[in-house]
Formats: sequence, structure tokens, C-alpha cells
Amino acid sequence: MALNRKIAYIDLSTGKIEIRPIPIDVRRKFLGGRGLDAYLLYNHTKKGCDPLGPDNTLMVSGGILTATLASATARTHVMAKSPLGGLLGSCNMGGFFAPELAWAGFHHLVIKGKAEKPVYLWIHNGKIEIRDARGLWGKTTTETQWAIREELADEDIKSLVIGQAGENKVRIANVMTGIKNSGGRTGMGAVMGSKNLKAIAARGTMDIKIAYPKEALDYNKRFIDQITSAKVNQTQGALGTPFIWGATNSWGGVRCRNFQYNQELYCDEIEPEALDEVCAETMGPYHMAGCFGCQVHCRAKYKIPTGPYAGVYDEGPEYTSQGAFCGEPDCRSIETLLTGNHLVDQWGMDNLETGSLISWAMELYELGILTKKETDGLELTFSNDEALLEMTRRIAFREGWLGNALAEGGIIASEMIGKNSFDYLIQVKGVSNLHSDERATPALALNIATASRGSDHLRSRPAIDLYHLPVEVMRKIYSNPVPYDGPLSSEHTEYIGKPWQVFWHENCYMAVDCLGICKYHTVFLGATLPNFEDWTKVLRYNTGLEFTPREIWDIAERCNMIERLFNLREGLQREDLKKGDMLNHRYFDEPCRRGAPDVVGRVIDREKFKKMVDELYEYKGLDKNGIPKPETLKRLSLENEPAHLV
Amino acid sequence: MEPMGKVLAITPEKCTGCRLCELVCSVFHDGVSNADRSRIKIMKWESEGLYIPMSCQQCQDAPCMMVCPVKAISRDEKLSRVMVNHDICIGCRSCVAVCPFGAMNFSAIDRKNFKCDLCDGDPQCVRFCDMKAVDYVEANRVSILKKKAAAEKISVARREAAALEREM
Repeated sequence: MALNRKIAYIDLSTGKIEIRPIPIDVRRKFLGGRGLDAYLLYNHTKKGCDPLGPDNTLMVSGGILTATLASATARTHVMAKSPLGGLLGSCNMGGFFAPELAWAGFHHLVIKGKAEKPVYLWIHNGKIEIRDARGLWGKTTTETQWAIREELADEDIKSLVIGQAGENKVRIANVMTGIKNSGGRTGMGAVMGSKNLKAIAARGTMDIKIAYPKEALDYNKRFIDQITSAKVNQTQGALGTPFIWGATNSWGGVRCRNFQYNQELYCDEIEPEALDEVCAETMGPYHMAGCFGCQVHCRAKYKIPTGPYAGVYDEGPEYTSQGAFCGEPDCRSIETLLTGNHLVDQWGMDNLETGSLISWAMELYELGILTKKETDGLELTFSNDEALLEMTRRIAFREGWLGNALAEGGIIASEMIGKNSFDYLIQVKGVSNLHSDERATPALALNIATASRGSDHLRSRPAIDLYHLPVEVMRKIYSNPVPYDGPLSSEHTEYIGKPWQVFWHENCYMAVDCLGICKYHTVFLGATLPNFEDWTKVLRYNTGLEFTPREIWDIAERCNMIERLFNLREGLQREDLKKGDMLNHRYFDEPCRRGAPDVVGRVIDREKFKKMVDELYEYKGLDKNGIPKPETLKRLSLENEPAHLV
Repeated sequence: MEPMGKVLAITPEKCTGCRLCELVCSVFHDGVSNADRSRIKIMKWESEGLYIPMSCQQCQDAPCMMVCPVKAISRDEKLSRVMVNHDICIGCRSCVAVCPFGAMNFSAIDRKNFKCDLCDGDPQCVRFCDMKAVDYVEANRVSILKKKAAAEKISVARREAAALEREM
């Protein structure tokens, strides 16, 4: 059954591998996935360790429900200390790796040390082997996966790999599985590269016993009907996430020219419908693909239509690619978008960071802070598609002065570039912001400022705040499973009630990440989608474990607090611009120049923002400095941590 | 006319490759999640984005049935399916070798063959496939549906040709 999946502790320096069960009381405290990873990180990483040194610990996991009938249990989670901000590193991706890992007998891998030469892990039906990867070094992400299948003569192997960027310890390198499923944020690919770990290959045929098969099947069917009947998921299933970029751009909520504008104009060629047309032309009318067990199928398949890569197959592009290769650098070519998306997939680099950092450098170049000397002659202006793709390559391979500087991530690059370059860097905790502009949406601004892994939309974003739902509907969502009778506002430009929404979503998303399911299957983009109450049922039917909705909420709160404890231990300070719950000054000082009438002219109000953070801290049980109160730790049974329960 | 029974009708281009069919197949038959136990399997050419669901075709003149030395395999005309009687089966795997679709499987765990039994008339792969890449329809309807799809293409082409002629 799911509960007998193991943790493997792997020391790459010594080659020692230990396999242990996950005690049931640990499951009841942390479930699995990201929550248990956070616990393992806090317990198995030395304070202040070098993120790219052997003391950093890399966690790879599936959730407690991975490969069960909980619906879309495809997610793989990867965690370590981040080489970008020096705080929490964490990424999460779809595909087929985590189910294969679970069928191979494991839910969690804890990888320490550093291999002397390139290696990969081969995980097969309860056994783990460290194998020579010298022949794989230098290969792209897909070349690596196919080569492993060939070497081990099994087409069904699923691998989590790094590309050349990870090998080069580019701090924005990602980990990948399949054609385009990426764990992009916080440079986990660089951590793998620093350990000389090229890949983790898994293949398993071990049964996962379902506690109540008939009920699990019936509930899964209900779950799917609920999920596929939501309009937002139907649109996702037709157009993929580009539809979000298109919708957000329409009212002025995306970044353009780094952070100078909040809307991209004249961009018909990269609108979701135009992208869909290319997919249909090159792949046929049914061109959407799904991750494991998911009926949303939001992943588009395409072939690059024109240019030097014409005819090459890839998947996506997601809306982060639209931001990275279109909106932010102000490029509007579908060829650039699809090519850029392909290149970062192949070299294994976070598309979001790539586009953000290059756009930042473009602004610096136009301001004269960067010159042709640093760009090695490259005309790094906005709307220069060629320069954008060339810079992408230079980062992946650390070529040229600026390529090497940007490969260090925003914070270190800003120190290398000097002058006032840092003022223009749109980041939180060293992590570049998504290609969205939150100046008109205080709830979303609070989310990115306080998200545990840095500027990020998948840790606590109340995205449904944009739907202007009636307060009664909001009340129904936000007062379960914990009562809330404070204020709520349907207005997305408001500040009241938003901290509670951020707190609610923080716990909702943590629970999802512990279960191992996708956020499209909960209250992320759809207000009517399953949450705490439904999860008690899928947990019971699939694992036999009984929880109340409130208990799941408490677990999520506990796991979020562990992440907080880790960040505090590594130097988080409330208003520190590099390591805090703080936004770049441009959010407060530069008004939105474009967009809908209620968006133009908006900034985040500094005082109101401060109050929102205060309020959120209160809900989380933190003091004014963001440090947990002793009674909070006691309430969450964390007063003795690190206690090395596992 | 008496309907001749329902069959699995697979439309590969509709498959999103999610493999939920493999998961529900193993849970329904064995009470466990294990794609290796699934009667249906999505064959993938990942680098081209091609996904093809493969399952038993419930052949009329089933090679597995003919090759079985102990006559353990027979047709169940009521549900239009080919069934294995495991009380008789000796586990020689001749059926596995002879099946032209690779749809007769052999479980290394249970040490016996296994194949699609159409879930006794309520195929779970169909129940859960939102795209209807796998469908369960009357056998004589399959070709009609394909005719219609092909005819649609022809009619589109004719309309386009007519439009071109008008322009000329």
C-alpha cells in the first residue's frame, strides 16, 4: 500500500544507501511530498551550508497519494537549500516520474554528499544502484532520458534529469522529466549538478494496494467530473496555460519590458488562440497531452513552424514561456517563443528566471548600467529576439561575462554588475518574479512577498481574487475548515480580507503538495474545485487513513511552519530586500502605465502592505518580526524540532 | 438486426497519454495500483508526441484461442470477448507469443496470463477516458463512425475547392 513506500538516504560521497520505512506518526504529522521534504530538509541540512556544496541535501519525493486513484497524482517534488537566495529551494513538476518512483517502492529520496565522477541513480523495485554517468554528461535533458532507457533496455523507465545548465551549476537550472515537465524554480538543477548527479531513473512494478478500490474508483470518477466540468479547466484543456497569460494581459497584469509596463500591446501572434493554431497545424486537431492520470490535459504539443529549428517537436509553451520570451523582453514572435521554450527545455533551465533575468539585463543595458563591454558586443535591447535567444544560450553554457554573471542568478549578478542594478531586479528572496504584475492586486502582491520559496504564484496565490466573486461565495470557501468571520472583499484592488485569503491558500496548496496532486485540482484557478473535505475521502479510500478536514489543515500549517523555520535559520528577516518578505521598491513607487481603468495608476500602498504582512503573521502565529511565537510552535507540535523523527 | 455486441473502439489521435486507463484497469481487476498489471497499455513515442492505446481486439478467430494446447481460451459470445479459464490454463505462454497485438500479457507476479475482459460489460478505461480515445460501441457502428469522420474531411475539402473556384 501507499503507506509502505520508503525513504532512501543516499550518500553520494561514500556510496552508502540506507532504506527506512516512514513511521505512521510521521505520516500523520507531515503526510508526505513537500511537507515531509521540508521536515527532512530542516533535519538533514547543516545550518549555513553552501547550497552548491556537498553538505546541501537534496530531497526528491512523491506525495502520500502518488499513483493512487486520487486523480492527477503526477507531481514530483524536489527540495534543497536554494542556490539562488540561500533560503528554501523547492520545485514541483508533473509528468510520470513520481508514480514510477512509488511503483519502484519509494516516496522520498534524501541525497547527500557529492559523487567523485558523474553518476545517476537507478531505482528499481526496492533497490537503488549508483551508476556511472560519464557517458551522459554533456547531453540534453531528452538525450539523457532516452540514453538511460537504451542503456538499461527498458522503454518504461522514467527519469528526472538535468541538462547542460545543471551540469554547469547555472543557478537557474531546473530538473526535468519527459519533454517539458520541469521543476523550474530555485535552481534545483544546479544542486544536482553540484553533486555530479546527472539523473535519477526509476522503474517499478510493485503493487500499491488501494484500501477501498470500489469507493476509490467511484470517488475518482466524481472528482474528475467536478474538475472537468469547471469552465477554467475546459479552457486549460483546449489552450493550456497560455490562456491565462492572454487573459491577464488583457487587463494589464503582466510584466512588460522588465517592470516598465504591465501590458504587452500588438501581440496577436503570441495570443493563446494563435498558439493553438500552430499546434493544430503541426500536430492535428487533438494536440493536448496530460500528465499521469489527469483529465485536464493542459500540455500542448507543437512543432516549431519556422526558423533554424523548424519541424522540431516540443511541448508547452506555458504562460511562463510567453512571459519569458515575449512579454518581458517585449518580443512578439511566435518563432522566438516556441524556439526559446525548446532551448530551455533541452538545456534544462527555468524559463521564468531566464526571461526575467535577461529582461532585467535589457533594462540595465538601455539605462547604460550595462554596456557592450559586459555583453561582449551583443546589442541587448528590448525587442531584440536574436539577442534574447543568444543570451539564453550564453547563460546555459556560462559564456561571456554577462552570460556567466546571469548564470549566478539575480542577487549575485547584481553584486557583480554593481551600481544600482539591484534596484531594477524584480525578485523576492533571490527568486525572480513570475511574469505577472501585482501592483493592482494587493492580495497577489502579499502572496509573492511572503511565499516561502521566494516570489512565486504556486505557494499561496489567491488567484480567484480576480474573479470578483460575491462575498457570500468567498465566505463559503474561506471559512472552511477553519472558521473565519473577518472581512472579505470581492474587489481585487482592495487590501482588506486579503491576508486571510493568502493564509488559506498557503495551507490549501501545501496540503495539495503533500498529497502529490496538481493545483488545477483544487481552489487555484477554479472556485468550485475540491479541497479539504474531499481530501479526507480520497485519503481514506486510497490509503485507509482517517483524517478530518481540520487535521489536514493543521498538517499543512505545520509544514508551512517548518519551511518558515528553515528560512529563519538561514537568515530570513522581514524587510530584508534579499532575504525577506519584501517587495522591490518599484511596486510601491512606480504606478502602472497601462491596462484597464481600475489598473492604470495603481501602486501598492506601503503602509497598507505593511499592515497586510502584520495580519498574515498574526494568522500564522508569528511575531512582528516574522518569528514564530513559542505557543505557535507548541500548538503545531514543533517545539522540539529538529527532532530527527526521520 | 441483432446487434453483434460491443467492442472497444480506439481513436489513437484523441489519446492524451495520461494513462488513467492503466491505473483504473489495475485497481478494478486487482485492487491495486500498478500499471504493469493493466490490460490496456499506452504505447508512446514521446519524442514525437504520439500515444497509442493498445488492448485486446477480442478477435473472432483469435490466434490465442487456436494455439492454446489445453483449450483454456474460448469466446464468450454474449459479451463478444475472448476469455481465459485459469482452472485449465497450464501457463505455457503460447498465447502470449502468438497474439499479433501483444495484448495477451503474462504477469511475473502472479505467474499467469491476463487479458482484457471488458470489465464484464462496463470497461473502466472507457468510463474514465474523458477524451473517448477509448470508447465502447456496437461493433457495426465503428466503421460507420469512421466513414462519417472521413466524409466530413471530404466535404470540407469540397467546400474549400468550391470557394477556390469562385475566387478564380
